[in-house]
Formats: sequence, C-alpha cells, structure tokens
Amino acid sequence: MASLDIQGVRKSFGATKVLHGIDLAVRDGEMVVIVGASGCGKSTLLRIVAGLETATDGKVLIEGQDVTPLEPADRDIAMVFQTYALYPHMTVFDNMAYGLKIRGVPKAEIAARVKEAAEMLSIAQLLDRKPRQLSGGQRQRVAMGRAIVRHPKLFLFDEPLSNLDAKLRVQMRAEIRRLQKRLSVTSLFVTHDQVEAMTLGDRLVVMHEGRAAQVGTPMEVWSRPADTYVATFIGSPAMNLLPGTLEQGGAAVRLAGGALWPLADGARPGADGTKVTIGIRPEHLTVDGAEGVAMVVELAEPLGSETVLHGRLPDGTALTARVPGAAAAERLSLTPDAGALHVFDAGTGKRIDPA
Amino acid sequence: MADAATLAAASRRRQTRGRVLAYAALVLGVLVFAFPIWMTLVGSTHDVGSLGRGDVPLWFGPHGAENYASAWTTGGAGTRNTFTVPASAMLFNSALMAVLIAVGKIAISLLSAYAVVFFAFPGRMIAFWLIFITLMLPVEVRIIPTFEVMVNMNLTNSMAGLTIPLMASATATLLFRQFFLTIPDEYVEAAKMDGAGPLRFFRDVALPLSVTNIAALFVILFIYGWNQYLWPLLMVNDRTLETIVVGLTKMIGTGDSQNEWNTIMATAMMALLPPVLVVVLMQRWFIKGLTETEK
Amino acid sequence: MQKKVIFRGVALPVALLLPQLLITGIFFFWPAGQAVWSSFLREDAFGLSREFVGFENFVDVLTDPNYLTVVWNTAVFSVSVAVLAMAVALFLAVQADKAIRAATAFKTLLIWPYAVAPAVAAVLWLFLFHPQIGIFGRMLNNAGIMWDYKINGGQAMTLVIIAAAWKQVSYNFIFFLAGLQSIPKNVLEAAAIDGARPFRRFWTIIFPLISPTTFFLLVVNLVYAFFDTFGTIHALTQGGPGLSTTTLIYKVYVDGVQNLNFGSSAAQSVILMVLVMAMTAIQFRFIERKVHY
Repeated sequence: MASLDIQGVRKSFGATKVLHGIDLAVRDGEMVVIVGASGCGKSTLLRIVAGLETATDGKVLIEGQDVTPLEPADRDIAMVFQTYALYPHMTVFDNMAYGLKIRGVPKAEIAARVKEAAEMLSIAQLLDRKPRQLSGGQRQRVAMGRAIVRHPKLFLFDEPLSNLDAKLRVQMRAEIRRLQKRLSVTSLFVTHDQVEAMTLGDRLVVMHEGRAAQVGTPMEVWSRPADTYVATFIGSPAMNLLPGTLEQGGAAVRLAGGALWPLADGARPGADGTKVTIGIRPEHLTVDGAEGVAMVVELAEPLGSETVLHGRLPDGTALTARVPGAAAAERLSLTPDAGALHVFDAGTGKRIDPA
Repeated sequence: MADAATLAAASRRRQTRGRVLAYAALVLGVLVFAFPIWMTLVGSTHDVGSLGRGDVPLWFGPHGAENYASAWTTGGAGTRNTFTVPASAMLFNSALMAVLIAVGKIAISLLSAYAVVFFAFPGRMIAFWLIFITLMLPVEVRIIPTFEVMVNMNLTNSMAGLTIPLMASATATLLFRQFFLTIPDEYVEAAKMDGAGPLRFFRDVALPLSVTNIAALFVILFIYGWNQYLWPLLMVNDRTLETIVVGLTKMIGTGDSQNEWNTIMATAMMALLPPVLVVVLMQRWFIKGLTETEK
Repeated sequence: MQKKVIFRGVALPVALLLPQLLITGIFFFWPAGQAVWSSFLREDAFGLSREFVGFENFVDVLTDPNYLTVVWNTAVFSVSVAVLAMAVALFLAVQADKAIRAATAFKTLLIWPYAVAPAVAAVLWLFLFHPQIGIFGRMLNNAGIMWDYKINGGQAMTLVIIAAAWKQVSYNFIFFLAGLQSIPKNVLEAAAIDGARPFRRFWTIIFPLISPTTFFLLVVNLVYAFFDTFGTIHALTQGGPGLSTTTLIYKVYVDGVQNLNFGSSAAQSVILMVLVMAMTAIQFRFIERKVHY
C-alpha cells in the first residue's frame, strides 16, 4: 500500500508524441481510473508505471521512491492484463503462485496466500484446473488472484473487463471495486468505457491526445467538465453543444436560433456578443408549454422508463433530449433546467465558470 | 415422378460404385507399397541356398530365427559376406546417431530461436540470416571441403564427427522462431511482473509451451538422422561405428547373386523397422512435424 | 517480425546463439568458402602445388561431354521421380478423400515408406528386380526380356526412378490429402448443383484449388530427387552402368572422393550451390505467399 506520483511523464515513439507531460498523484489506497478513447495514450501511461515501457522524460515515484530506472519486477506492483495472460500450461494454483515462487517465498506461505486469495475470489475449487478449462469470468478472477497474492504496493488494471460479455462485466466491475476497497490497495485502472470509469474510480483522469484533459471525482467531472471534449465524453447520451453568444453582461446566453437562456448559476465573464459554446445535457432539457425552443423530432428511442429524442432546431442545429416516459410528439418545446447550462470558450473549448 | 426415382437410384448406384472403386484402388495401392517389404520379410526366413538359386519364395520359410540371430550377432560372417559387422552393433550406432542428431538439433535450434525472437541486440538479423542461408548449403554440395575440415579437426571416425556437423538446422530454428512469435507479448509482460528473467521465462514458459513442437520435430529429425547415408559413408571407415543403413549396402556390395541374401534381408528388415515404427506410433506428431517444417 | 516485448542484454542472446553459429561457421560456411576458393585452383599431377586458374575448372566442367550427359541424366531422373511420385500420390489421395471414414486408416498404411531410408528403399527394390534372385527380374528374363540393370543403362535408370519415387509417394500423399480435405465441401456441392460430373469436377474445381500444393510439392520433389537420392543410386547402381545413372550429386562424389579431382569437384559443388539457391528462392517466394514470417 503506497502512494503513486507521476511527474511530467512524456513518451515518444520515434517522431510520434504519445504523452505530452502527465502529472498525477494517487493517494494511498485510492482507485484512480484513466479513461479515454483508443489511442489517447492511457495504456502507454499504465505501461510506463508498470515499467514495461520506458518514459522519454519524467519520473514515476512509488511511496516517494523514484522507481523510473527499476525493472517491473523490482517495483513491487501487480498487473491484471486485458487478455489475462495466464500461462496456459500451468494450473490456476501455479499461475497464482509463480511470482511468489520466483521471489523465494516459502512453500507453506505460498499455499496459504493462494488459498486466501482464491477464497476471496471464490475460485478455491478451481485451483487444479488449467486456464483453458475456465470460463471468461473465472479466468478474470484468476488474473485478479495472481495480483492479489503478491500483496503489492500497487495494482494496475489494463482494460481487464473488455473481454467479458456485458452482464459479466457489470458483475465483475462491482466485485473489483469491493475487493479494492477491502484490500485498500492503491490502484490504477485503464478503460475506454466511461460507465466503468464513473462507477469504479475514486477519481478519474480523462485523457485526450496524450494529455490529461481533466482529473477529478466522477461527479466533478460529470457536473463541471473542464472542456468540450470531457463534456461530450462523459455522460450518455452525450451533452449537446450549441453555438451561441453571451448576453446581458454574461448573465444569459443567446442561441444561434435566437432563444435567450439565463445562466442561473451566475454571470460569466466576457463582453456581450462574445462567441461561446453552450452545453446542455439531454436529461436537463424539459418539455414545457410554449416558451422553450422548438425541436422537430427526427428519431425517438424508447428505453422504457424514458425516451431519447433526436431532432433539430429551426436553424438546423442538432439536439438530443431525454424525457421521462414515452414521448410521441413530432414537435416539442424545450427549456433547460435552471443552473444546468455549461459555457465553454468557443475557440479553445475550455470551460468558463461564473466570475 | 418415376423419372426422378430412376435418377436418384442411378445417382446412388454411381456413388456406391465410386466408393467401391476408391476402396479397391486404395487397397491395391497399399498392397503395391507393402509388396517390397513383404518379399524382404519372407525372404529373410529362407536359407541362403534357396534364395541364391532364385526360388523366389512368396511365403515364410523355416529359417527365420537363425537368419535374424546370425545377422544380429555376426552380420552373417559365416560364409560369403565380405562385410561383417553384427546388426546389433550397427543398430546401436544408428540409434545413438539418430537420437544425438535429433536432440542436438532441437536444443541448438531452440536456443538460437529464443535469442532471435526475445532479444533485440546488434547483429540479430545477421545471425538470423547466417542460420537461414545454411538451408542452401546441404552437405551433398560441399562434400570434399567439409571432409577436409573434419580431417583437420581430427573428427573422422568418431561419433562426434558423425553427429555435431549435422546439428545446425535452419528448418528447426525457423519453426521454433515462428512458434515463439505466436507467444503473446502479455506472457512476457506477466513474467516480468512476476520477476522472471529471460532464462527463467525460457525454462518455465517458452519451453513447456513448445513440447508439442519438440515432439513433432523429434520424429522428423530422428528419421533424418537414422537415414543419413553420404555423411557416415564419408566419415566412418572404422567398422565399430558403422551405421545400419550404410552397413546394409556394404553387405550387398555390387549385388553379386552369391551374396548371403538371407542375412542381408534380415538386416534390411532391422534397418527399416525402427524409423517406420516411430512414424506409425507417433503418426500425429509426425504429420504435424512434416507439415509445419515445410511451411 | 519482431516482438514488441523483449528482454534486455547482449551477452546472453549471443551465448544462446553461439552453438548454432559455431557449427554453421565451421561446418557450413568455411567448407563452402573452401569449395568456392578451390574451384578457381588446379592441383598438379602429384598434388604438390596448386595454382590459380580462374574459371578454367568451370569451363572444363561445362564443356565435358560426360558432364552434359550427367546433366541430362539428372533432368530425366528428377522429372520422372517427381511426376511419378506426385501422380501416384494424387491418385491415391483423391481415392482416400472419397473413402471418408477409412481415410485415416489408409493414411497410416501409406505413410510409413517415408521413414525408410533412400538406401534401404533401393535395397528393397533390388531384392525384387535382381536378375537372379528377384521375383520381377526373373519373371522378365523368363518372359524373354533381357533384364539386367547392371548391364542395361535404361533398365538401371528405370529401377532407380522407381525406388526413389516409391519412398516419396507417402510424403506427397500426406500433403495432397491435406489439400483435398481443406477444400470447403460447399464449393464441391455448388459444382455438383451446377451439374459438373465427378471427373469434370476434379479437373475444373479440385485440381485448380490444390495447385498451390502441387507446385510446392513439385519443388520439394525436385529437391529430393536432386540431393536426397545419393543413397538410392549408391546402393543400387553406383551410378552405372557407365554413366547412365550418375546424377550431378553422384558425380561430385565420384570426382572428389574416388578420382580425387579437387578442382573439378569444387567447381561442380559451386554450380550445385547456385542451383540450390535458385530452388530455395523459388520455394520461399511461394512460401511467402502462404505463411508470414
């Protein structure tokens, strides 16, 4: 159990820059999820922490000790791989025991530790089997067990749930979280799935093109996205982004189509007429009588308890709304919930908070 | 409707006829292929007189035991054979040579393939190509200079000379290299996490995963070693090192009809039985080995 | 080509490669270099001195009528062995493919000749065709055909071809059968629906589909006939009578080991090396398309 500090880590493969300088401090016992689209550099970052990849620049510290020059084996970390990487010719027991054997842990202790981990993961009855005799979920547990028996300072997860079917994924997700809390091992978890990220992490790192676009708790990231990328990446269906301008000294925004929406959470700095991007989550749009903006519905996706409506405003801007129950109307009038509007700089995409 | 029924019947008849013909052809083929062995086996149970006279026997005679005993213990030293080394000794030499070559080739190829696949070091590709090019230099095309090297190194007439030069193998190295390339990167990463170094990974992961390939290759290479001809012919004139394949043809000499054909036939049976047994008993590995090495 | 994840170090991989490289260097490259070097030298009659003669050895070899005879022998021998061994194997493989249930059993019954050494195969056929003690040899003589492969060159060639092809059929059979069994059944069903009868189906559908196998086997069989049949010839005919069963490989051996004509033997070796390289190149061009190294 230890803290992890990533300081100014950069990585290039030849001329291609993959990481542009990442800083991150993970507290003892914390679970941090790195989330981003494929190619954003999240796996590379994890592999640098693991020591499987060498950073071009920057440092990795575990428990305050600089481990950058150390081999993976000397960092006292354990990793759960996307493909699990269970040795196919070894039994479950041997797979879990291998790392301990190499480190010269006494036989009796190995047996005890494997037994303990196996019981924790309810795979105690599978210890004599070979990986190919296991189901996907069982393999996943063995991969976890292999990490747990080591009692490492740090757990690394490289998209460990992506090879499971949807139902199992939800189940394993909850289980990983429970285990991590129970063992309170500092953990770094990489995924491309924003739901996984929201549900698993104490904090999230949203990565975009080799940079950490935002670091924060799931609710922080969701309620105050740092830029338009994070705004659309986290949350489903994605946040609507509409072009507009500041009005009334920053106390309201005007849509390109003419509607004026007040900013209930405070005025934004900037002169009237400043171009901004207005963000509104589909679930924060309410159907009202007539005052709102008029949307022509092009597609309705009923989900049972609610309906997702895709349509266009009179000026052609696309808009998505999520409304409770069934909705069959072809034309709707929508108003944003008070205080639910996000304002971003139209040029840089950065969030603009009330002054 | 009657038409359709007739057609169907005709088609069934044609199919049955086709299958019968196929079986007939296959049985005939098997018989043709087995015939030389049959004649040799039968011949090895008759006495030298009836063979020499040319009473070609088609069925077993009463002299099997004594012919095999004589071939086994003296190589038919009795009367007319000029070349006499006991088959037991020659079989031992052949077996030792075949096993040494097979094991040596496998060991050497495993190591070099492992080095080429799991390490990046300067000269890696050069080493790979040097091994690869040996494919193009079979011993048959460089007989004399290779023989000279053996003489200079004082390796003629020795089991070492018989086997070591045949242990380099591009084919086996290529096979293992191809197999190692299919080992997922994650295994290496997991092993690094577990604290296994390259030698440990070789012993605990790469080697155990290669066992089926090793078995398949062993069958092919055992046969390759057992059937060596030109190399032992050149390297060995010390009779205690004679292999059975070369020894057999020395017994025949120029094919004089006065040869002791009964012991020769018994020796021929003993020369072909071990590799044939290996192929038949390890058929699965054999076919895997054959198809993989030739890909 | 290269794994992404690797171990570090130079000394260890070099040590692992060392046995292979030593053997290759000492027993392959050094002698091959020697062969190339001696092919430009000529020894005087007493073997006392060697002088550099440029391409003279090559010119002598290539203008020697005996050598040209041997080239012709090699061509006749190799092509006959390849065609015979492949035709028989293909025929048997097609039959075995039809006999679906018994295919494995027939495979076992047909693959074992592969394990028989070429020299031993030659001895088995010698037992059959020996003019005095062989069943066929005697039959032919009794039928009034003068059969003695030790005197008649054509008969000697026929016999070595049969002995060499017999052993190779198993190999070809395995590959042809695998090729046939890998043809998707619905392709054949489609052809049957199109109205193609079995014979036509074979030549228009099956044969084109296994043509990669056929080409691959052709190269392998030619290589086999070239290099691996030394034992067959040595055991049966010793290249005779005269030169009638002497192939290129056999001549290198005779000139080098028996006649001790080093310059000529070396020049012949070099010619053969070029030939092997050409064959290997062809083989690998084909393989490249099939497997990715």
